[in-house]
Amino acid sequence: MSAVAAEQAVGAPASRYATSRLIYFSSASDNTHRFMEKLGVEAARLPIYTYEDTLLAQEPFVLVLPTYGGETRRGAVPKQVIKFLNVEENRKLIRGVIGAGNTNFGTTYCLAGDIVSEKCHVPHLYRFELMGTSEDVDRVREGLEEFWTRLSQNKNHQ
Amino acid sequence: MTPDKLKLANHVTAINWNRIEDEKDVEVWNRLCNNFWLPEKVPLSNDIQSWATLTPDEQLLTMRVFTGLTLLDTLQGTVGAVSLIPDAITPHEEAVYTNIAFMESVHAKSYSSIFSTLCSTKEIDEAFRWSVENVNLQKKAQIIESYYYGDDPLKRKIASTLLESFLFYSGFYLPMYWSSRAKLTNTADLIRLIIRDEAVHGYYIGYKYQKGLETVPEERKEELKAWTFDLLFELYENEVQYTHDLYDSVGLAEDVKKFLHYNANKALMNLGYEAMFPAAVTDVNPAILSALSPNADENHDFFSGSGSSYVIGKAVNTEDDDWDF
Repeated sequence: MSAVAAEQAVGAPASRYATSRLIYFSSASDNTHRFMEKLGVEAARLPIYTYEDTLLAQEPFVLVLPTYGGETRRGAVPKQVIKFLNVEENRKLIRGVIGAGNTNFGTTYCLAGDIVSEKCHVPHLYRFELMGTSEDVDRVREGLEEFWTRLSQNKNHQ
Repeated sequence: MTPDKLKLANHVTAINWNRIEDEKDVEVWNRLCNNFWLPEKVPLSNDIQSWATLTPDEQLLTMRVFTGLTLLDTLQGTVGAVSLIPDAITPHEEAVYTNIAFMESVHAKSYSSIFSTLCSTKEIDEAFRWSVENVNLQKKAQIIESYYYGDDPLKRKIASTLLESFLFYSGFYLPMYWSSRAKLTNTADLIRLIIRDEAVHGYYIGYKYQKGLETVPEERKEELKAWTFDLLFELYENEVQYTHDLYDSVGLAEDVKKFLHYNANKALMNLGYEAMFPAAVTDVNPAILSALSPNADENHDFFSGSGSSYVIGKAVNTEDDDWDF
């Protein structure tokens, strides 16, 4: 099942090497996966199960990850994302985070995004709920375009 | 009502939690257990002074809203979650429904804790009598109940998800409103625990609905999708009347309706469908949204900030220990 789901990911690479500028985790509920499909930008999906080999990012990327409503910080970041970020090369290439969640979770809404943002010192760019609305999709698409443009401009000025 | 159609699971085998077919069952079971709470943990008596600052009309409204929520929780605990057990695909799914059923009973009881802390026995009895007599409240319970007793497992899950993720919100609005005005803040803390639970319930039942959909022909998929939107619309029309009936006296009905639209969209998403209400009618009052979740406002939208806010922190080398959590 999991292998099939991963194959169906938007532009998922055949190998562990991810050249996409968007990398995301989505569980079997596929909410975040549906958001990425609607976004229609090439993206790589992290393996659903922790026993699978994680991806190796090749380019600077933005990470999209959900929060499932844990009560505390511990356990808020999905284990599969931890496995991915435990690879130092992956951490070096992360440039931003987008969080998915549910405002019903109150103070822990998109908490996993906050945690990754703090630990990697990258901005938490946007938050959306469940599979996101069409407005969310538009804002993220436009926001990311501008974000990458500005990043490249900043780089040129340095 | 045809209660004879509601049946128990046909056959039960010893549940083996070391042999898992759907990881989501374990994940949701653990989440529900971690989120477990009891109303006795919330210091409701700290709201007694605040309760006294509400006008008699506001107090009456609050009690009615809470008896309405009690009815939905009772329905979901006693019939709804239990009715899903015979259709469960895995034994662990059955166990999750028993967990949901019990928690709904905790929710239902917690409103009585609020009542006994803040109100007189006479007022409480009158509010419960209102809940039996209110046409729109009874109608929504009856609509949902008819599908719980019906013979279509997938429609049962649709009805259940719409209850969990949509029907509660005409009621949940009010404690969030009071909280935004620094009133009944302990009561609001308790309601936030219920709101958190309902999100996991709606997410899980909606997920199981989608798993069920994977096994049916395309034609039936289309039928169920149309049926979902029809049912939502039927419930929505009733909710609008219920909302006007309750909130017109305090002038909040239009504000509540935005909250209804916003949550109807989320209920649809839990079932795997696209949001239906456009952004123009889901612009929930920011004070309500922030009472629900302090991180949900526009200040947390980096993309909508001015260009100068694009200050990118350099990623620092993080020790592997940092990720050992």
